[in-house]
Amino acid sequence: MTYGWLYRLPLVALLGASALGADGAAAPAAEPGKALAFYLVAALTLGSALGCALATNIVRMAMCLLGTLGGVALLYFLMSATFLGVIQLIVYAGGTLIVIVFGVMLTSRAYGVKLRPRPMEMVGALAVCGALLVGLVAALLRTDWPVPAADGPAAGSVAALGSALLSAYLVPFELASVLLLAVMIGAAYLAQPAVPEAAAGAGSVE
Amino acid sequence: MRKFTADDALRPRFSAADQARAVRGFVTAGLVLLAAAVGLGLVAGATQGVGYAAAVGGLVLAGLTGACCLLAALVIRFAALVGRVLLTLALPIFLAGVVGLVILAWIPALLYERVDGIKAAQAGGVVRVAQFEAALAGGAAAGRGPAYLAALVLWPLQFQLARDVLAVVGVVGFVSLVAMFGIWWERKVAGRIQSRLGPMRVGGWHGWAQSLADGLKLLQKEDIFIAGADRALFRLAPYVAFIPAVCLFIALPFSAAWVARDLEVGLIFIFAMLGVGVLGVLLAGWASNNKWSMLGAMREACQMISYEIPLGFSLLVPIMTVGTLRLTAIGEAQSGGFHTWLAFANPFTFTAAVVFFVATLASCKRAPFDLPEAESELVAGYLTEYSGFRWALFFFAEYAEMFAVAALAAVLFFGAWHSPLPAHWGAAWADGPLWQRAAHGLLYSGPLWFVLKGFFFFFVQLWLRWTLPRIRLDQVMYACVQVLLPLTMLALLGNTFWLWLVRPGSWPAVAVNLALTALGGLAVLGMVAIVLYGYLNRRRLVGPMAVDPLPGG
Repeated sequence: MTYGWLYRLPLVALLGASALGADGAAAPAAEPGKALAFYLVAALTLGSALGCALATNIVRMAMCLLGTLGGVALLYFLMSATFLGVIQLIVYAGGTLIVIVFGVMLTSRAYGVKLRPRPMEMVGALAVCGALLVGLVAALLRTDWPVPAADGPAAGSVAALGSALLSAYLVPFELASVLLLAVMIGAAYLAQPAVPEAAAGAGSVE
Repeated sequence: MRKFTADDALRPRFSAADQARAVRGFVTAGLVLLAAAVGLGLVAGATQGVGYAAAVGGLVLAGLTGACCLLAALVIRFAALVGRVLLTLALPIFLAGVVGLVILAWIPALLYERVDGIKAAQAGGVVRVAQFEAALAGGAAAGRGPAYLAALVLWPLQFQLARDVLAVVGVVGFVSLVAMFGIWWERKVAGRIQSRLGPMRVGGWHGWAQSLADGLKLLQKEDIFIAGADRALFRLAPYVAFIPAVCLFIALPFSAAWVARDLEVGLIFIFAMLGVGVLGVLLAGWASNNKWSMLGAMREACQMISYEIPLGFSLLVPIMTVGTLRLTAIGEAQSGGFHTWLAFANPFTFTAAVVFFVATLASCKRAPFDLPEAESELVAGYLTEYSGFRWALFFFAEYAEMFAVAALAAVLFFGAWHSPLPAHWGAAWADGPLWQRAAHGLLYSGPLWFVLKGFFFFFVQLWLRWTLPRIRLDQVMYACVQVLLPLTMLALLGNTFWLWLVRPGSWPAVAVNLALTALGGLAVLGMVAIVLYGYLNRRRLVGPMAVDPLPGG
């Protein structure tokens, strides 16, 4: 019996909670077409998250993750946060997911190996993930989410976002850039091939 | 050996007995369908409402299919004559097809206008069919007759969802046409550059139907199962590559008013779609259970995501110059003539335009960056195990992406949908008699110039592919990180300082603008001149192979 899905339960909890939270803010009664679109996209997101948790093949998990990230981007579009949705696609589906897929494809040598945890690990995982799920859903349902204006928030437009990033939120913006720079330098350093002692003087470092 | 002529192309491939049987079958089917149509007509005469609509729908369907069957029987019976007539009338048929497509694209706008008018008169809420019928018939709603049918057609068009479905159908149709034309044109251009002619037989005139024939051939190929491969992912991969390529066209403006969705963030939406397309390639390489496919996919993904960096930086330059992410606004900022195009504004935008073009070449896996598809090295890279319609989907995606990025280069840097002629030259013709207005509309038509510019850059992509040798992966990475990235960063920085320090009307700005415009104009005219010279002198420069199709069969 495979219990690898227990390890992925927090991800399902997070994504499911985000879908539920989006439910509260989307006001689906406004237009029947929009409600239908919301339920379809939510079904796609939750289905992909479940698939990601229940799949035993790592690459299929990565593809379900694509469905989930794409679904979240669609939820952003439905909430009229088009800039955020596009950035979600660029950063997550077009960046993070590709890194994950690269890692998965380069390291999963044994094709089709299935994860098999021990029973005690299973109990601990169930407890932790269950507590996380309950806590997240409770927090989301109790929060009083601000509902945006009917025709989309003008405060979320790209120009407003840009000027906010460069005036009110300048320090976090710069800190994030420094963090990304540190990550890139660290990755470049870690990716250096180990230069053998004998060829240290002769070989050229790329 | 005698020359291959039109008669050879029209020679029937089926025996006379088979042809006679086909004719009999089609005549029978046609007569049965027409009888059914007559019966449904009688039913329609007696019913009302939904039954009437269903009967009329069935009548039209059966009648059209029956007429097509009888037409097919006629064509088979008189195949040689029909073939000859079609060949002589090929050019008028083609022009009629183009005009028909333009009218087809225009009809939804007229329908939407009518629907909006009726909706406005009804003051809100969902408009029912009866109300449509009353508005169209100018009186009573009878539940039958042409007004009822027209109301049934117009009723779904009041919902944005139905309009979006129509837009998607239009986009997918356009993408398919572009891809099929692009594949044919690539083979002709490749042939000409290689001193031969390219496809010449299928369809008669210069093998125009080659893409159609290839599509039909690919549709009926065997569905291969690969041992040890993940079947679901193998089948999914072409769609993960195809869908982003089609979604690119959602945000592309063909004209100020011809855009599927005028997204506020249109430019980075296109950038996002270009990035998501990488996953289809990776998936294809993985799901083929083939080390060459995996290698090709890895190289491909590596190349595509590396070149997204100079691509993104070069996209920042027009964003900064115009100040918006909206593609229609960037297009509008370049109205007013050849010299207002963003590529000619200052040397930094010119550099950004060149870097953008090169980065999109790498992003579309086009030569000289086509190592992932290297036909002589990796069999076919990530496409090795794909055949049939899945392979066709990958190529549709690639050619659609090529046209989309070529058109994007035109929108961002080369004037979008504006013609190079200044607007005031033809202004007098805009109000004159019909032929003047038609000529003015044609000369300054937004979608026409958009498509022409898109195909111009598409042609440059084809030209580069068949002229330049392939570069190695380490050279690809070197070009990206050590050449294009510093170049585009300098362009961004320079553009920032230029926008800050140089006033738009001052003499340095105007002088540089005119110099770059002259350079650009000379470049385009030079390209056209070279191509024309080579084409007109092909017999002298290359020999008879460039002019006469191969003799025999």
